[in-house]
Amino acid sequence: MSDAALLVEDVHKSFGDSEVLRGIDLSVSEHEVICLIGASGSGKSTLLRCINRIEPVSSGRILVHGVEVTAADADVNAIRRNIGIVFQSFNLFPHMTVIDNITLGPRKVLRLSRSDADERGMALLQRFGLAERRAEYPDRLSGGQQQRVAIMRALAMQPRLLLLDEVTSALDPELVAEVLHVIRELADEGMTMLIATHEMGFARDIASRVCFLDAGVILEQGPPDQIFSDPREERTRQFLQRIIAAGRM
Amino acid sequence: MALRPGRRPDPAVAGRSSRIFGSGAGRNVAIALASTIVVFTVLVLAIVNSPGWPEVKASFFNWDEFKEWFPDVARHFWVNVKLFLICEAVILVFALGIAVLRSLRGPVLFPIRMIAIVYTDLFRGVPTILVVFLLGFGVPALQLSGVPNGELFWGGVALILVYSAYVAEVYRAGIESVHPSQEAAARSLGLSHPQTLRYVIVPQAVRRVIPPLLNDFIGLQKDTALVALLGPVEAFRQSDIAVSADFNFTPYLCAALLFILATVPLARFTDWLVARDRKRQLAGQA
Repeated sequence: MSDAALLVEDVHKSFGDSEVLRGIDLSVSEHEVICLIGASGSGKSTLLRCINRIEPVSSGRILVHGVEVTAADADVNAIRRNIGIVFQSFNLFPHMTVIDNITLGPRKVLRLSRSDADERGMALLQRFGLAERRAEYPDRLSGGQQQRVAIMRALAMQPRLLLLDEVTSALDPELVAEVLHVIRELADEGMTMLIATHEMGFARDIASRVCFLDAGVILEQGPPDQIFSDPREERTRQFLQRIIAAGRM
Repeated sequence: MALRPGRRPDPAVAGRSSRIFGSGAGRNVAIALASTIVVFTVLVLAIVNSPGWPEVKASFFNWDEFKEWFPDVARHFWVNVKLFLICEAVILVFALGIAVLRSLRGPVLFPIRMIAIVYTDLFRGVPTILVVFLLGFGVPALQLSGVPNGELFWGGVALILVYSAYVAEVYRAGIESVHPSQEAAARSLGLSHPQTLRYVIVPQAVRRVIPPLLNDFIGLQKDTALVALLGPVEAFRQSDIAVSADFNFTPYLCAALLFILATVPLARFTDWLVARDRKRQLAGQA
């Protein structure tokens, strides 16, 4: 069990009276790419936010590389260093340039010197084709560029696990591809990722495993071909039919 | 939404950029000018034709008195300026400290939060003039060794304490206006709560509250006159001395004019900042 990159055991999470997660169990190995699919409100985002403890769980355990995130005495700052998260709404720091957004974590958390951090940031910017925008402020960038910067900001910490929370949902359709392209590259190089997404074609393409969340539990999981072509559960089938009807697959 | 040359300006935008005349178009400037002249002519005529005007004119608008006392009052206005500048610098830092303390979380830190809350409640509640009196007369009376005993010093401390309570609330509003997702983004990188405040929340908060902050400083500039009540001679006190000497109120007008000369640029600067921010927001939405 300690070789799992991520282990989620019977996690429950309530906001007031409403129970959003009702017993999640999930084990993720190193280099796996897990896509979480399911309707809005099924608990995908909450699960991701519990994994790096932006939200505390109500009960259950979460282990990341053998370290219990949910322990009362866990060093959350140390844990978060190794878990990157990218949000639907980018959440870049608007008062900082692109390069400063990317290097803030390395400089202040990893205590890298300015020049070392800049070097690391520039390497990322060059790799993902945004080097010439390094001195711009986020509001001068397109949504797709902002989201790519947000991914780089997470990558600059060199996390061992990357959580992506519907990262293309806030983007204009023509900007989705450039972001998905980045994620695909990360998958190709073996980044362990947990991706909450509504992009079914992308999930089918990239996932090593797809989990269908429904009402706070993982109702069904398996290889993408099985989930999308031959779902076992009626609820999964209904969900996929609605997606197809909406023209999203 | 930038205005392009050779195009008719969008009235909505022009109206905001030129608030004194209402709109940028030449015809509107003429209308604004004419209406201003009419209003002020009527006002001036009403005052000048009032039964008591000759006496008021002699005791408030005496040109010879003005010429005689203005240099003196202006020289002592320098005390107000110095007091203002020093207080302002201290308040900017001290009030931010209070605001940050109040934003700390966790049950262990409750006493610190409580101190910050009591402080702001107390000093916003007590009239400034009372704080000036209490500190200015009270503390020197203690005859503590090693503590400055000057009235000016304690008057300044009183202003700092009162205005810091207001400014701390302005800062706090700014801190709370930063969206929680910014904190989530910073914390998820592994930044601690203090680091998140310092590098992410406070820089954004301070930018947002600069206009209301300057507004408070306009108030502070005027209230430096309250320190005169402890004895130090500054612009108001000097004008008061002049009034008693000549039994003429014109020197008060000298002091008033100096305060206006000092506060109006700050007020216009604040307007300019607000207008610029709004323009940026509009540009950001486009």
